[in-house]
Amino acid sequence: MAEPLEGQARPRERAHPGAKEYVGIAVILTLITAVEVAVFYIPAMHPVLVPTLLTLSALKFCLVAMFYMHLKFDARLFSWLFVVPMIIATLVIIALMRLFGH
Amino acid sequence: MAVATATVAAHEAHPTSTGLNSRKMLFWAFLGSECMFFGSLIATYLVYRGRDQVGPHPHEILNIPFTSVSAFVLLMSSLTMVLALAAVQHGNVRGTRIWLAATALLGMTFLAGQCYEFTQFYFEGLALQTNLFGTTFFVLTGFHGTHVTVGVIWLWTLFVMAMQGRLPRERALDVEIAGLYWHFVDVVWIAIFTLVYLIQ
Repeated sequence: MAEPLEGQARPRERAHPGAKEYVGIAVILTLITAVEVAVFYIPAMHPVLVPTLLTLSALKFCLVAMFYMHLKFDARLFSWLFVVPMIIATLVIIALMRLFGH
Repeated sequence: MAVATATVAAHEAHPTSTGLNSRKMLFWAFLGSECMFFGSLIATYLVYRGRDQVGPHPHEILNIPFTSVSAFVLLMSSLTMVLALAAVQHGNVRGTRIWLAATALLGMTFLAGQCYEFTQFYFEGLALQTNLFGTTFFVLTGFHGTHVTVGVIWLWTLFVMAMQGRLPRERALDVEIAGLYWHFVDVVWIAIFTLVYLIQ
């Protein structure tokens, strides 16, 4: 990380997590993936399959972005650079699906 | 070597108006553009889903247990990637080499699985030109696989640099940026796994 100019305030950043936290996140990600696959095979879950899977997928996405890509700890500007295009892409997907009758 | 390291360190510490590293900022902007790129491919897949005149259709051909294992492999590669970053940040040369190699090998395992899957689909009658599902599926997953391939080459390059002693603690940002790319490839697969494979 670049050192700021003398007298210049460093943008708000925190230390990255350690190996223990990284392994903990990996365990959570594995469990969520297992739940996703289980939900897919349980017929009783099929009425709520789509919202459940989308929620779990979004949770995994956020965990990787926040902890492994360090968005939770790095400067806020990096989050904006990533999240804004992602929101635009999501809106484009929704708009096109609506436009084509889904 | 010491001079080269000092030069790199001096370069990394260059002052910027935001106080943020320019390379990292540029790379986040690139990842933002990649979001739009994969967003367009996913949108195309979803728009044309269920509009095939001829088979094979997704539910006839997609192998969920096999792809679940592939998804797990890619998730674990994200773990080894952050462990490589933690190792280089702590000056742990041996750890850096081990975790970089582990990440590259897991990436290659994922790619091998994708090659197997594509071959299976081809022999079951699904090619790029067979139907809309074939076209959108192969383009989407093929572009993702290409990104994984680029990531694997990048990781082996860093591994060779680490083996040659050219990846000291001062160059941790090189590993961090490669890691950002690798995790992005992982989050894209999280979306593809759910939208293409599980929600049919």
